[in-house]
Amino acid sequence: MNLTRMKTLRSMVAGLAAASLAAFAIACSDDASEPEPGVTSAPQLSGSILIDGSSTVFPITEAVAEEFREEQRNVRVTVGIAGTGGGFQKFCNGEIAIQDASRPINATEREACAAKGIEYIELPVAYDALSVVVNPQNTWATCITIAELKKAWEPAAQGNVTNWNQVKSDYPNADLKLFGPGTDSGTFDYFTERVNGKAKDSRGDFTASEDDNVLVQGVAGDRNALGYFGLAYYLENASRLKALTIDSGNGTCVAPSAATVENGTYPLSRPLLIYVRKAEAQKPEVKAFVDFYIENAAALSADVGYVKFPDQVYGLVQQRWTAQKAGSMYLNASSTTPIGQLLAQP
Amino acid sequence: MSTQTLAYDTAGRNAYRRVWARLFHTVFLCATLFGIVALAVLLITVGLDGLGRVSWDFINGYPSRFAERAGIKSALFGTFWLMGMTAMIAVPIGVGAAIYLEEFAARNWLTKIIETNINNLAGVPSIIYGLLGLAIFVRVMGLDRSVLAGALTMALLILPIIIVAAREGLRSVPPSIREAALAVGATPWQTVRFQVLPPAMPMILTGVILALSRAIGETAPLIIIGALAFVAFVPDGPLSSFTVLPIQIYNWTSRPQPEFAQTAAAGIVVLLAVLLSMNAVAVILRNYFERKRKW
Repeated sequence: MNLTRMKTLRSMVAGLAAASLAAFAIACSDDASEPEPGVTSAPQLSGSILIDGSSTVFPITEAVAEEFREEQRNVRVTVGIAGTGGGFQKFCNGEIAIQDASRPINATEREACAAKGIEYIELPVAYDALSVVVNPQNTWATCITIAELKKAWEPAAQGNVTNWNQVKSDYPNADLKLFGPGTDSGTFDYFTERVNGKAKDSRGDFTASEDDNVLVQGVAGDRNALGYFGLAYYLENASRLKALTIDSGNGTCVAPSAATVENGTYPLSRPLLIYVRKAEAQKPEVKAFVDFYIENAAALSADVGYVKFPDQVYGLVQQRWTAQKAGSMYLNASSTTPIGQLLAQP
Repeated sequence: MSTQTLAYDTAGRNAYRRVWARLFHTVFLCATLFGIVALAVLLITVGLDGLGRVSWDFINGYPSRFAERAGIKSALFGTFWLMGMTAMIAVPIGVGAAIYLEEFAARNWLTKIIETNINNLAGVPSIIYGLLGLAIFVRVMGLDRSVLAGALTMALLILPIIIVAAREGLRSVPPSIREAALAVGATPWQTVRFQVLPPAMPMILTGVILALSRAIGETAPLIIIGALAFVAFVPDGPLSSFTVLPIQIYNWTSRPQPEFAQTAAAGIVVLLAVLLSMNAVAVILRNYFERKRKW
């Protein structure tokens, strides 16, 4: 009895194993036998390119990798989302070839890279902009200054600034409901640095979410809301939200749009970067990928909701890449310096 | 007079007791329905959003920046690979540990410490296993961000659940069965192999499936060890890079373009289908073993 039972079981297990093996085999052979459309005259390269880092830069790199795959089917590009900090740890440990970064490399990371002898080429790829938004039923706020934003968001405001009329005296007496990204987000880092003067310096008593779509829902559903998040999330939900124009202190109010970000007049925007390990940059597949990245960054970043640089900036980026210029442009410059100037530095 | 009062009291008390009985009946019914209604709402909303988007192209396509072109093939196969390897690692080790602890280990302080620790491990947050996996499997053992590193990490995560469930299963086999087998001359191993393990299998399988169902939805430990969000190929071996369904879904839900919400819902439909078919296989195996039991 036992013996027959075990035999039946064995055949069942064997059957299952065979079935799953067959499934894998089909999957693999399917991939191998796939015709190769879009084969160009370019030589077919192979190998793999490991990319990790910021989830903000991810959509651009993903789009580039998707298109690159059409040209070079045998190069395996993988992109992770460990975050800018998590990515730099891997990058300076020599584990990945390219790092996606939503902020420049910091001093600690520079030291870590130097300790491992890892040289890198820093290449800006597109702008990310923040939008400051209110509910469409908000009739009082249209233009807001950086100083007023600071009043609402600085650490000292915690528990004290709870009413719109505390932000500016002509605003009505209405509760101030704040919405912003969580503290792990690069958007949070950038906003706090630009508005409050120091990254991560912020009041803590606001509705926070790592998912910008949640913030969109929050602001769209609350008449007294004030929030900030990536520009793409505003542009996709423009019918449910009202974006405030921003006055950086010179008296002109600038509305967030692709045009104002690209020409550098909108104050709340930052360049997104990739870092290429110099030793890896010699490999033909990495070289081809980065060439492809710079060439297509303008079109692809717009596809995924970011803002492209002006054309001459991409020219400078290409020069920097061709010259294989190692090190960071931000060593002696503030992160708010216009990108064109930074790249033009000797 | 006194009998009348007594009759009145009894009637009152009975009515009162019946009200309480009905009240608790309702409370417990609501408790049962709560979970089921929540599940039904989830299934219906996800189904409405995502079912229309599930197609062969979706299942056989690779990720894309355009929601309508995005597919789930690499994540689906990544999940198959990861679950298959996790099960291959965790089930033999987990069941082996349970057999040792339940059938062979001496009852002493050392066994007690091991038992307590296994129970505690079941409550450790999954991200801690991710950090452990990163330090040991990815860095020290040099497995990089491979399916194997992911499967080893996931196996660690679900081992306590499997061990606890398998021990419960072994304990449910009456001691008289073991004694009878030993009495007719079977060795302890033969006893376990032919008399204890088969009837314990249904409970062990239930534990295994619960454990794998937990692992299939885990994202945090895999993101830590470096599972990827964009992979445009199917894993071709244990050392290949990979992504899994929950990471792909998470990635789609955080996109600004509203069309990606639908793509994410379709991803959830696929994940649910995989989960339910896994459960179905377990139910079939469990019924098979239950039918085979002779007592």
